[in-house]
Amino acid sequence: MSEVLTIAMPKGRIFEEASDLLRKAGYRLPPEFDDSRKLIIDVEEENFRFILSKPTDVATYVEHGVADLGIAGKDVLLEEERDVYELLDLKISACYLAVAGLPGTKMNDVAPKIATKYPNVAAAFFREQGEQVEIIKLNGSIELAPLIGLSDRIVDIVSTGRTLKENGLVEYETITPITSRLIVNPVSYRIKDERISEIVNALSEVI
Amino acid sequence: MFEKPLGMRDTLPNLYETKEHVRSSLEAEMKCWGYQFIGTPALEYYETVGTASAILDQQLFKLLDQEGNTLVLRPDMTAPIARVAASKLLKDNLPFRLAYSANVFRAQQREGGRPAEFEQVGVECIGDETVSADGEMIALAVASLKEAGLKNFQLSIGHAGFVKELFIQILGTEERARELTKFLYEKNYVGYREHVKSLPLSSIDSQRLLAFLDLRGGVEVIGRTLDLIENEKGKEAILELKELWNIIRDYDIAGHIKFDLTLVSHMSYYTGILFEVYAGNVGFPIGNGGRYDGLLQKFGKSTGATGFAIRLDRLLEAIGELDETVPVNCILFSSERRKEAYELAKAKRLEGKRVVLQDISGVKDIDACTNKYSDVTFLVGKTGKEPVE
Repeated sequence: MSEVLTIAMPKGRIFEEASDLLRKAGYRLPPEFDDSRKLIIDVEEENFRFILSKPTDVATYVEHGVADLGIAGKDVLLEEERDVYELLDLKISACYLAVAGLPGTKMNDVAPKIATKYPNVAAAFFREQGEQVEIIKLNGSIELAPLIGLSDRIVDIVSTGRTLKENGLVEYETITPITSRLIVNPVSYRIKDERISEIVNALSEVI
Repeated sequence: MFEKPLGMRDTLPNLYETKEHVRSSLEAEMKCWGYQFIGTPALEYYETVGTASAILDQQLFKLLDQEGNTLVLRPDMTAPIARVAASKLLKDNLPFRLAYSANVFRAQQREGGRPAEFEQVGVECIGDETVSADGEMIALAVASLKEAGLKNFQLSIGHAGFVKELFIQILGTEERARELTKFLYEKNYVGYREHVKSLPLSSIDSQRLLAFLDLRGGVEVIGRTLDLIENEKGKEAILELKELWNIIRDYDIAGHIKFDLTLVSHMSYYTGILFEVYAGNVGFPIGNGGRYDGLLQKFGKSTGATGFAIRLDRLLEAIGELDETVPVNCILFSSERRKEAYELAKAKRLEGKRVVLQDISGVKDIDACTNKYSDVTFLVGKTGKEPVE
């Protein structure tokens, strides 16, 4: 068999669905794959090496070529704008980016504040709307921001809407739907083209 | 520590030496093919070279001269060379072969560590519109990389004219073709497919646009293009690729070549055959090139041109460190034996050795000094005495 193919996988929410999809496509991944705590997993029978990383870092690994392929949320791709090929919509981990806030509130007229993990996406969205806003970058618990008066609105991913509801927030606008994508490094895409096409075809069959 | 501007790098002695070695191998090969090296200024007018360049506007370093004209630090060498060629060189209507190794400047918006100044070694063949010239670029790229010691690399070849003609044939207007090309340029194939499916096209046409994404691989790809294209200019592009393949075989470099018609390196700069160079162990292309028949027009000459550039920093990454370091001898002398030391140094230098002359009273730590050089000679004290430690 040919050279090893390195695949960057996001830990957490997307991981399970992504490995299910790979199994459905006919790849034999060992059972201990799912609850391993290792960061690097070699699957010799398929000639794969998996790198488990933070979802936001997948595209970075792929851009730099330390991973040939990766599975990354469209939210990360929009935010990071990495120089990678976005080959397939895997249609897993569906959710959407939305603007939310406390119910019945209006945005501050002068300079409304927006808290988010996605400063680039949020800035672009409000710019297109002609709104002048101040973006506040947070790394987690975004829902907290309007509750404690840090921001007027938040921009975050919503899957079931439960987290918003539990914190007494409501959606105001949907920005864009999000699913996970198969991404590939531009050099790998050309040099390891046959193996990559094989995977793309196998995955397209089961999406 | 004193800081440098974002993206600027120092080249320390070891790297400098390696860089020089690789650069001179590339240059030597280019000279063997009859290319003449030229230099152009680091600063150019924004109005002319800046706007003609293929590099995005937000990547240009701009400044003002004393009269208030906007200047740019050259972001590439192709546009300056086109300027020189159009104004000075292309008098006798013969193809011109020029080469350069120069630093270019591109502002980086993200991740300060990325180089904003880097060296390119490249060639331009101006005034030759034949496919032979395109083939020469590819063959010379392969030959110079081999000469530089790179073993494992691949060139992927595309054709900007083919993509344009195919899209215009199916979509009708240049504007719609541009819209679709943008997805390729942004490497967003998911968006490309969604866009194609959203267009009111016959199922055959829609299928053709989707099948286009699979035009990658060996030479058999060229055969597959025939099912997609109907218009004359598109067919011409395919003939060019066929001809190019014969040229590549005659140069005996087919082992390094693949075709990828989805390759779009730039929105509008390239007009014909184009290519990128990849080394397996570097995540970014180490070089690229292609035909840019529109550029000379911007400087008032209507003639074709093609060329390529190798990024020296990425090539160095692909080659790795050089094994051999050139030995440097050191002669430590005291004033009594100064003349003797000078003469010994002169003799050794004539043999081509590298010799450092160091007055021993200027050295505080003799051990550190002897460790630094591959060979140390002591000429210390009165003549005839044993060397002093």
